[in-house]
Amino acid sequence: MKYIIAIIKPFKLEEVREALSAIGVQGITVTEVKGHGRQRGHTEFYRGAEYAVSFVPKVKIEVAVESALAAKVVEAIQTAGKTGQIGDGKVFVLPLEDAIRVRTGETGASAL
Amino acid sequence: MERLEITKRRIIPPLLGAGLGLLTMASNAFAAAPVPNKGDTAWMLVATAFVVMMTYPGLALFYGGLVRSKNVLSILMQVTTTFCMIAILWVLFGYSVAFTNGSGALAPFVGGFSKAFLAGVDPTTLATTFSKETYLPEYVYVIFQMTFACITPALIIGAFAERMKFSAVLIFMFIWFCFSYLPMAHMVWWWAGPDAYTLAQANLDNIKAAVGDASATDFLAKLAAAGADKAKIAEVLSSYSDAAGAMNGWLYNKGALDFAGGTVVHINAGVAGLVAAIMCGKRIGLNKEPMAPHNLVTTLIGTGLLFVGWFGFNAGSNLEANGSAALAFLNTILGTCGAALAWSAAEWVTRKHASLLGAASGAVAGLVAITPACGFVGPMGAIAVGAIAAVICYTAVLKLKPLFGYDDALDVFGVHGIGGMVGAILTGVFVSPALGGVGLVNYAAADNTTSVAPYVMSAQLWSQSQAVLTAIILSGVVSFIALTICKYTVGLRVDEQTEREGLDIAEHGERAFN
Repeated sequence: MKYIIAIIKPFKLEEVREALSAIGVQGITVTEVKGHGRQRGHTEFYRGAEYAVSFVPKVKIEVAVESALAAKVVEAIQTAGKTGQIGDGKVFVLPLEDAIRVRTGETGASAL
Repeated sequence: MERLEITKRRIIPPLLGAGLGLLTMASNAFAAAPVPNKGDTAWMLVATAFVVMMTYPGLALFYGGLVRSKNVLSILMQVTTTFCMIAILWVLFGYSVAFTNGSGALAPFVGGFSKAFLAGVDPTTLATTFSKETYLPEYVYVIFQMTFACITPALIIGAFAERMKFSAVLIFMFIWFCFSYLPMAHMVWWWAGPDAYTLAQANLDNIKAAVGDASATDFLAKLAAAGADKAKIAEVLSSYSDAAGAMNGWLYNKGALDFAGGTVVHINAGVAGLVAAIMCGKRIGLNKEPMAPHNLVTTLIGTGLLFVGWFGFNAGSNLEANGSAALAFLNTILGTCGAALAWSAAEWVTRKHASLLGAASGAVAGLVAITPACGFVGPMGAIAVGAIAAVICYTAVLKLKPLFGYDDALDVFGVHGIGGMVGAILTGVFVSPALGGVGLVNYAAADNTTSVAPYVMSAQLWSQSQAVLTAIILSGVVSFIALTICKYTVGLRVDEQTEREGLDIAEHGERAFN
């Protein structure tokens, strides 16, 4: 099993979710995050106090999938989440040791 | 030639803002059984409610939105408690100390305790206005002035926001109210009232109340002896005027113009804010950690409430519902709009963006600056006052803090202090009839009329400057002493842990947002 973490632009969330749904991924966790890679932030100015805001709002998606599906998931996220401009984000693939369904206690692939 | 010299020698007490006159007897021959004017009374009650709204929740929300969310309740609580505490102190002794005759050498600076606990004040007692033989119920004046006393210390809260101990805040407010606010209110606004300046036999009771029985007869005799000689009449009126005004506030008698409180409220609070900001020290993490306003929408709501409420503050300071009140009302709008636009323009030019916070701050700066001027300047002058003050305050807010390194968290000095000073000085300029202002009023007359008092800009500017300097020095010294007392009793600042956690949780045991 693989655990896939993707950072994408917030307005791309719906598109990515639909793309994942289309290839059979049903479970997804979404978090609102801040961050930056090479994308620069902006300056905010409050009556004499200037703030260099280097963090940009992003969305983090986390999905757990069977290893066989992982490559397709990465491709789906990348295709749906891409705008071609700096700040599109990144996808990380981690090995997943186990998964358990809380309701039934199933483990492994059947819990996904 | 002689007459000119006489009238120039002393600035006859001019039309001032929010002053209270003595009305000694319920009925006298001058005005058969004086009765308060119902229209004026109705307006003043409404105006008073508007001023309450300015503080509560106007100022509270304006400041609240500007701090970090972990400190918003501390702001709201400090404003709430300050307001309530001062309201009560006002009726215990504040009103009396500000608005009665003092005694001895201190008389020009503070009143006495004759009306402590509102003794002698009841629904039938009267207060005078700026027109002869026109009265308000005294209670109306008590409350109207109370609301001014309540908002002034609350303004200071912005300077020491996010780090001062709640107990220290309250002790400071108490001391500062007693020794800075009350004397300033007395010095600038306390006068004998318009009816004291009518030197006529029919007005004998008021004349006696003003100068004593012997002098009353004396002056009336001199007036009679002057016959039809205009120069002699002017001379008698002038010396009578001096005598009648002997118990007036020190700055009033210097001819300082302050319609609704540029010196008493804004410079007073602004300078206190500066001293407090310096003595409390900078907030932990200033210029390193983000301290952006947590809710500018709240700040704008507060700005709107301040703006609308200010009509009560400024137009209500006219004490009557007439054309002068309408002028003050109009000037309040124009000063604000001129200022907001000027601040936004300055920001756009220097910073490439015109921010909402800037426009709101500009509006407040305009309101502050037009406060001393609103009843004296013309509408065009009001626009100028607002715009000039906004540009100066914008510069002050940008430059002074980095230059001197103090943390006036919400720019109390930059907006109220500097804005008040600019407004006070410009009042002396734009009151000029040549610049559209209303000019000065001479109340001394042998009848019920008033006349135009001579206006000399340099002399007027000197009067204004003296009031400004007095406010700066008095507030500065009193604030320093009050804060030192706090420092060595309860301590000024919360500890670092508390400051990081946020005052809401640590000092008040609650969270604003759950």
